[in-house]
Amino acid sequence: MSDLKRTVLHGLHDRLGAKMVPFAGYEMPVQYPMGVMKEHLHTRAAAGLFDVSHMGQVILRGPDVALALETLVPVDVVGLEEGRQRYGLFTNDEGGILDDLMIANRGDHLFLVVNAARKDVDIAHLRAHLAGVEVEEITDRALIALQGPEAERVVESLAPGAAAMRFMDVAVLAWEGTELWVSRSGYTGEDGYEISVPEVRAEAFAEALLADDAVAPIGLGARDSLRLEAGLCLYGHDIDETTTPVAAGLSWAIQKVRRAGGARAGGFPGAERILGELQSPPACTRVGLRPDGRAPMREGTALFGGETGGVAIGRVTSGGFGPSLEAPIAMGYLPPALAHIGNTVWGEVRGKRLPATVTKLPFRPATYKR
Amino acid sequence: MKYTEDHEWLRVEGDLVVVGITEHAATQLGDVVFVELPEVEAVVAKGDEVCVIESVKAASDILAPVDGEIVEVNDALVTNPGLVNEDPTGDAWFFKLKVDDLSVLDDFMDEDEYADLIG
Repeated sequence: MSDLKRTVLHGLHDRLGAKMVPFAGYEMPVQYPMGVMKEHLHTRAAAGLFDVSHMGQVILRGPDVALALETLVPVDVVGLEEGRQRYGLFTNDEGGILDDLMIANRGDHLFLVVNAARKDVDIAHLRAHLAGVEVEEITDRALIALQGPEAERVVESLAPGAAAMRFMDVAVLAWEGTELWVSRSGYTGEDGYEISVPEVRAEAFAEALLADDAVAPIGLGARDSLRLEAGLCLYGHDIDETTTPVAAGLSWAIQKVRRAGGARAGGFPGAERILGELQSPPACTRVGLRPDGRAPMREGTALFGGETGGVAIGRVTSGGFGPSLEAPIAMGYLPPALAHIGNTVWGEVRGKRLPATVTKLPFRPATYKR
Repeated sequence: MKYTEDHEWLRVEGDLVVVGITEHAATQLGDVVFVELPEVEAVVAKGDEVCVIESVKAASDILAPVDGEIVEVNDALVTNPGLVNEDPTGDAWFFKLKVDDLSVLDDFMDEDEYADLIG
């Protein structure tokens, strides 16, 4: 793993007994000795600590920076209040998704968190298209997520003010004189926080969180099963440059003001196609799937409309086992005619067609503090 | 007990060979969530994929270690796949094979040789 980058918490992962794997150009913990299943359940029952320092942190500054960013995302950035964060998408000219990201209004600048595997592409994209905007990649801060029902108590005990935040609030809090950039958000469907902390203090801060009995370190394995139960997309799997926001079921991320008839309608890459799809649905749409038996339907599983014959009409884009549901779960794409809740489709697993039921997303309701 | 390079253990029980996966294999797989067993009376050849094991992470197969006939399978694994992690070398056996000649087991590793293999 010599070509791989390491996060500043690498030594901590080692000491905690993590199994490290390559992910998005980084050497990252996939699991700790607790194991994926228990890590998953621990996060839902108490609090899980995730090193997400591989993700990109970017600051945008400049006059009318919100308006400028709106030329790249189908999102209402201008209307985003100070101290608030919103989910966004970079789109391409074909209406596909270049990346999904978080956009926070921090008063005199915007703060973005983007996917690790896409951060170089995203930053180049921002620099190429946002004239007059200063694009600063933050490389001296780690990013740590604490997720689960105990997260509020634990973070508040170290950084007072955390408990008063609502879902998708952002704030600057202090921990022992260190400035934390805190958002009340995450990627698990649980209440929780994502906390940007200076690298020089990151390990001490992670240790302080782990010192609480409720907190256990959680690897990428459980991060994936947690986000899948929460019905959240994984870039490069459930969404990519060939899937549009509407097909991906992310129309909710396109606020009214950016839609046809809105004050700032369109004006982002692929607007014609994306706004058109809001009127007349695309050929395929993202759905949740519950395989009827116990066999997981993994990514790439071909989906059919019948038990025999016919051609594949869709495919699974994320699939595995949901520890909290004690059952296999998957997400995939189907034509709208077959995508209604309760419909049965068949996934081909090891040459056999197994039934699965189209299911409402998320599989498990989120517990955000709104 | 004998061991294969595919991290299966083989135990002789009367004139049958009982097959399971080693503790090392179970640990590497992680939490097992699904097991598919072969049909009883199936005649299998060495190297045939006879079982499917899926963990939270990935799917893998158990191969028939020798030629034989499946005479019994452990249905408890279907309803409780987690048994594979709890007791891989005991209760979590997968199937029992009837073989022509038990001397075929002589070719497999003993415990010390297997311990060397997994380091």
